[in-house]
Amino acid sequence: MANRLVATAEQTALLEVREVTKAFPSPDGKGFIQVLSPLSFSIRAEEWVVVVGPSGGGKSTLLRILLGLIPPTSGEVLVHGKPLRGVHPNAALVFQQFALLPWLTVLENVELPLRAKGIPRLERLKRALAVIDMVGLDGYESAYPRELSGGMKQRVGLARALVVEPELLCMDEPFSALDVLTAENLRAELLRLWLERKMPTKAIVMVTHNLEEAVQLADRILVLGGRPTRLRAEIEVDLPHPRSPDSPSFRALLDDLYQWMTDPTRPDQKVVVATEISPQPFVPLPHARVGGIAGLLHILADVGGQIDLHELAHRLHLSIDDLLPIVEAARLLGFMEVKEGDLILTEKGIDWLKADILKRKEIFRDLVIQIPLIARIVSALRSTRNKTLPMDFFLDLLDEHFGEDEARRQLQTAIDWGRYAELFTYDATTDMLRAEE
Amino acid sequence: MIAKQVRSFNRYDAMVAMGLFALLYAAVHVGQGMFARFSPEHPPPISLNPALLPYYAARSVLRMFVALALSVAFSLVYGSVAAKNRRAEQFLIPLLDVLQSVPVLGFLSATLTFFLSLSPTSLFGLELASIFAIFTGQAWNMTFAFYHSLLTLPEPLKEAAAMMKLSRWQRFWKVEVSYAMLPLVWNGMMSFAGGWFFLAASEAITVLRRDYRLPGLGSYMATAVEQGDLVATLWAIGVMVVTIVAVDQFFWRPMVAWAEKFRTEETEAVVKVSSWVLNLLQQTHLLRRYFGRLAVGVGEWLDRRMTQIGEIALPEHTRLGLGRLTTFALITFCVYWFLRGVIIVVTDLSIGEMLRVVGLGFVTLARVMMVVVISTLLWVPIGVFIGLHPNLARFAQPLVQIAASFPANMLYPLLALVFLKTQFPFAIGSVIPMMLGAQWYVLFNAIAGAMGIPTELQEAAGIFRLPAKERWRWLIIPALFPHWVTGAITAWGGAWNASIVAEVIEWHKQRLTTAGLGAYITLAATKGHAAAIVWGITVMSAFVLTFNRLFWQRLYRLAELRYKLG
Repeated sequence: MANRLVATAEQTALLEVREVTKAFPSPDGKGFIQVLSPLSFSIRAEEWVVVVGPSGGGKSTLLRILLGLIPPTSGEVLVHGKPLRGVHPNAALVFQQFALLPWLTVLENVELPLRAKGIPRLERLKRALAVIDMVGLDGYESAYPRELSGGMKQRVGLARALVVEPELLCMDEPFSALDVLTAENLRAELLRLWLERKMPTKAIVMVTHNLEEAVQLADRILVLGGRPTRLRAEIEVDLPHPRSPDSPSFRALLDDLYQWMTDPTRPDQKVVVATEISPQPFVPLPHARVGGIAGLLHILADVGGQIDLHELAHRLHLSIDDLLPIVEAARLLGFMEVKEGDLILTEKGIDWLKADILKRKEIFRDLVIQIPLIARIVSALRSTRNKTLPMDFFLDLLDEHFGEDEARRQLQTAIDWGRYAELFTYDATTDMLRAEE
Repeated sequence: MIAKQVRSFNRYDAMVAMGLFALLYAAVHVGQGMFARFSPEHPPPISLNPALLPYYAARSVLRMFVALALSVAFSLVYGSVAAKNRRAEQFLIPLLDVLQSVPVLGFLSATLTFFLSLSPTSLFGLELASIFAIFTGQAWNMTFAFYHSLLTLPEPLKEAAAMMKLSRWQRFWKVEVSYAMLPLVWNGMMSFAGGWFFLAASEAITVLRRDYRLPGLGSYMATAVEQGDLVATLWAIGVMVVTIVAVDQFFWRPMVAWAEKFRTEETEAVVKVSSWVLNLLQQTHLLRRYFGRLAVGVGEWLDRRMTQIGEIALPEHTRLGLGRLTTFALITFCVYWFLRGVIIVVTDLSIGEMLRVVGLGFVTLARVMMVVVISTLLWVPIGVFIGLHPNLARFAQPLVQIAASFPANMLYPLLALVFLKTQFPFAIGSVIPMMLGAQWYVLFNAIAGAMGIPTELQEAAGIFRLPAKERWRWLIIPALFPHWVTGAITAWGGAWNASIVAEVIEWHKQRLTTAGLGAYITLAATKGHAAAIVWGITVMSAFVLTFNRLFWQRLYRLAELRYKLG
C-alpha cells in the first residue's frame, strides 16, 4: 500500500480541480451565496481520496461539480487534462440514499447503465450478474429494492456503479444511512475489494462526515472548512492496512482531524503526511504524591517563588534525595523549573496554586493525560466494555520495562495521580482499575 | 439466474388464451363499425332490441378506451413539454388550467360540425367527435398528474439517470413515466369514470335540429327515452352498470394492482389492492413466456432505435428557429380564432343580450352552490360514519366508486318523468340532476378523510370523553377539511359541466327547461347559434375561473397550510 503513493506521484492526474468556486442564488433572490471559494486539488490513479468537512459545508456540491452534474460558477475541472463538459464520461456515483429505481429488480437496476451504453442483452446479463456476485448479492437478482435491507440496497447501488467499470468511483456518504454494524461490514468489504484490486476502478473519491471512516480508508484526506468552504488541509495518509482504531497512529490522526474540525483558527496547511507512530517508550514516573507536589509548590510560593534546592532541603530538614522525586514531578508537570540549582515557580504553577480544588483537578488532568503511562492506562480501560481492568494486567505490562518492584511503584504513583485527576479509580479490595466518565 | 423449469401449457394459459381470442375478435368486429358508411339523410337506426345491447356496450367501451389512449398520449407529451421547457411551461400550464375549467360539453356541437366536415360520408367523423368529447373529460386531470410528478421527481433519481447516461427515451420510460405511474393510473381510473358522463352526452346529440346517433349505450338510452320506452331505459341502465363493473374488474383493478410495483418507498399503500385477473395472468406459463420474449424483443429493438433517434441533435440555431416558428404559429392561431370569436359575438349579440347571459350565469351559480352545500350537508356525516368504521368502508367504497362512475345523465330522463308526474317546480328541481353526478366526490373524499384520521387522535378524543359536538368541532372537521376542499372543488367543476345537460331534460318528447346558463348554451347549440354558444361558454368559463381564483384556491392553500395531517 505504501508504495501506491510513491508510484502514483509521477503519473498525470485522473482529474484535476482548478480554482473551482460555486455560488448559489440566495433564497431571497437578491444576491448570491458563495458556497465554495477557489478550490484546487487533483485526483491521481490508485488512490482513495476522502473529503471531510462539516455538514452543509459543500462537500456534496464539490463532488457533483467534479462529476459534471452541476457546473462550477468559475474555475474548471479537467479530466485527463481536458476540460470537462457535461457529465464525467467515465465515472460512477454511489448515493447516500441509494437512489435505486424501486420499480426495477436488482438485476434490472444493475443492468440499466449498460443498457444506456447500448450493450447487447446477453453481454449485459453476463456483466451484471458478475458484479452482483462480486458485491455479495448472489441469489437476489429478481428481488425488488423494497424487499432488501439498507445494507443490501447499498450493495445494489455499488454494483450499479461498478458495472460500467468506471475509472473514477465517487461515493457520497455511502455508509451514513446504514446502521453501525452494517456500515462497518460493508466498509470492510469494499476496502478488501479495493486492496485486492477486484474493482475495475482507478481511483475513489468519497465524501463523509465520519472522521473515523476517513482515517480507516483514505490514502489522502482533503479537509474542507470555513465559510465559504475552502481546502484547509491535505493529509497524505501513509499507514498500512488494516488500520486498527486502537493504534497510536490511528488515534493521532483522528485527534488531528478532530482538531481541524473544531478549531477554525488553526492555520491552513498544504500537505501533511501522517505516518506510523511507533509506541512511545515509558518515561518512569518520579515517585511523588500529589499532596507532596502541592506542598512543595506552597513552600516555594511562600519564599517568593524561587529558592536554592540545598537551602530548601536544609530548611525542611530533609535530604536532597528525599526531595528530588517531588521536584522532578513538579518539573515534569511544568509547575516548576530548575535553573542552576534554583527552583523557580512557573506561571502554570502559580495558576494551579491559586485555583480551587475542582479547577486544580482539571488542570492536573490535562497535564497527566499526556504522560505516556497514564495515557496508556486510560485508553486501555476505556477500550473495554465495562471500563475496568485488573491491576495485574498493567503490572504484567510494566514488568517488561521496569522489573517487578519498580513496576509496582510506578503503578502506585500512576494510580495516585490518576485518582486525583479523576481519570480512573482503584478498588483495593478487588485490585481493579476503573476509568471514570 | 432463473432456474430452468419445465414450463407447459396450464389451465390458466387456456383461460387467458380464450379470453384474449374473444377480446381480439370483439375488437375487430366492433372496430369495423367505426368506419361504417353513413349519410346525413339516413342515420343508422338504433334498435331497442335488448339483444343488441352487448354490441352497443362494446362500441361505447371501445370509444372510451380510444379516448383513454389519446388522453395518456396527450398527458405524456404535454406534461413533459410543460415540465422541461421553461418558456413553454409559462404558456401551457395556465392554458391547461383554463381548459380544465371550461365546460367542454358546451363545445360538443361546435366540435361535431368540425369532425363531420373531416369525414362527411362515414360514421368516423361522428365517432371522432364523441371520442374527442370523452378525451376532453379525461385528459386535463391526467396531464396535471403527470406534470406534477415530473416536477417532484427526486433529485437523486435525476442524478442517477444522468450518471448512468440514460438516453432520453430510456430516462423517459424507466425513470419519469415509471415514477409517475401510480398517480397516472389512479388519475386515469378516476378520469375514466368521469368519461362515461361525456360518453352518454356525446353519442346522441342534436345540432341544427338534426339528430346524430352513434351506435352505443348512450344512443340506445336516448332512443328509448325519445320513444318513452321505460323497459328499454331500464335495460340500458342495467347494462351500463354491468359494463362499468366489468371494465373495473378486467381493466382498472389489474392496472391498479400492477401499478403498486411503481410505489416509491417513502409512501405506504393505504389499502392493498389485489386483482384476481392480474393473479390469473401471472399464473399462466406458456403465454407469459412467449409474450415475455416478444416484449423483451420489441423493447430492445425500440430502445436501440429510439436511442439513436434521440441522439440526433439539431443545431442550436435550427432548434431556436423551430421554437420561434412554433410560438409564432401558435400565437397567430390563437389570435385569429380569438378575433373571430369576438367579431361573431359582437356582431350577433346586443349588449342587453350579453348582460342577460351574465345574469343567467348567476342563476346557475346559485344552483351550483346549492349542489355543493347540499352534498356537503348530506354526504359528509354519512362519509364520516363510513370512514370511521373500516369494515363498512371496505364494503362501501367499491359501491360508491361504481355509483360515481355511473353517468348521471343517463338518469335524467327518469328524473324528468318524475318531475312531470309530480309537477315539481323544475327551477329548483334542476339542482337534483346536477347533484346526481357531482355529489359523489364529496362522499368519496369524506370517507377518505375520515379513514385518514390517525387512530391515536380518535383514542385521545375517546379518553378525554369529548362530547360528539366537541369531537366534530376539534377533531373531525379540521381533519376532514383538506379532503372536503378537494371533494368540493371537484363537485363544483362537475356541477358546472352538468348544468349544460341538467337544465334541459326530456322524457318522451316532453321537455323541461329552466332559466340558466346551461340551458342557454344547450338551446343555442340545438339552434346552431354560434355567437350564443361562444358567449355562453365564455361567461361560464369566466364564472368558474373567477371563483376558483377568489375562493377555492385560498381555501385550498389554507387547508394545505393549517389542516394537513402528517
